[in-house]
Amino acid sequence: MVVKCPECDAEVKIPSDSIEGEIVTCPDCGASYELVKSADGFGIKPAQVVGEDWGQ
Amino acid sequence: MRQEKGNQSSPNFSGNSLIILYDNIRWEEKALYEAAKKKGVNVENLDCKNFVANLNDKKSKYRGQVVMQRSVSYFKNVHSTAALEGLGARVINPLHAAILCGNKMYAHMMLEKAGIRTPKAVAAFSGEGALAALEEFGYPAVIKPTVGSWGRLIALLRDKEAARAVIEDREHMFPLYQVYYFEEFVERPPRDIRAIVVGNKVVAAIYRYSGEGEWKTNMALGGHAEACPVTRDLEDICIQAANALGGQIVGVDLMESKRDGLMVHEVNNTTEFKNTVRVTGVDIPGLMLDYALGQGK
Repeated sequence: MVVKCPECDAEVKIPSDSIEGEIVTCPDCGASYELVKSADGFGIKPAQVVGEDWGQ
Repeated sequence: MRQEKGNQSSPNFSGNSLIILYDNIRWEEKALYEAAKKKGVNVENLDCKNFVANLNDKKSKYRGQVVMQRSVSYFKNVHSTAALEGLGARVINPLHAAILCGNKMYAHMMLEKAGIRTPKAVAAFSGEGALAALEEFGYPAVIKPTVGSWGRLIALLRDKEAARAVIEDREHMFPLYQVYYFEEFVERPPRDIRAIVVGNKVVAAIYRYSGEGEWKTNMALGGHAEACPVTRDLEDICIQAANALGGQIVGVDLMESKRDGLMVHEVNNTTEFKNTVRVTGVDIPGLMLDYALGQGK
């Protein structure tokens, strides 16, 4: 499955073994998106990839 | 939220069901999920953003459930663990481990109390106090935020001028940053050790080498990893550290001090293990699951 990057319009591939909540990254602009379930597979929404109290 | 059913169909949480609570599905969470499916476990991925807890629910659906706490946000981790434990869930790691591991000063005090080698440290609670403390403690010193990770806001202070600059910045930040925590700069090889503890065993360990031009060894900062042999000494100190902080599945970070030998500088309660699996080939997600499901029985 392929979706369009909302930032740069590049194609972002979603692997077939993806699961909801997983993060995908646009290969062109590097923006990160979280996978959300949609009627025809997955949609994407901007992902939080770091927070001030995040880490381990 | 997403639920997948494995081979066994028990709707009750009878030791064959698991919730993975997360902020982001990273490599680690996906590996746990895949391992659970492979073992026929009823596994539910629960996004912490979607988690709502009725804190007075005596018949909560979480009662008796095993929850693998994977929230990478310290504050969400601690609070969601408190809610789930209060509702009767068995959370790995438990609340007291989350609180202690997530704060470098709390962890230091527990390690010190248990007689586990850890870098010498000093704390102060004002900018002036911090500078005075450093005069006595000596330079170089490492300033660390009590809460935080991935090497952020950690600085090596070689002299008073460097300390003054960092402390002045901190005086204008969120109050937590005016709790000053300094550690000695430990003379060591350009690497540290990450050891993964599952229950009462170190299941794998790696050396983490600093990246180019970097003294910190965090993989997030471009370091690289190699397999580290699990010696008796390494296992002993790791298990002691995990026990001191009440951790069940933790990543223990150690340094090889030229003066004092192995010392623990951090215990991670939501440990990352991608690089450890990649380098050692050990099935850490599978071992974590076996342990977690054992807790539910």
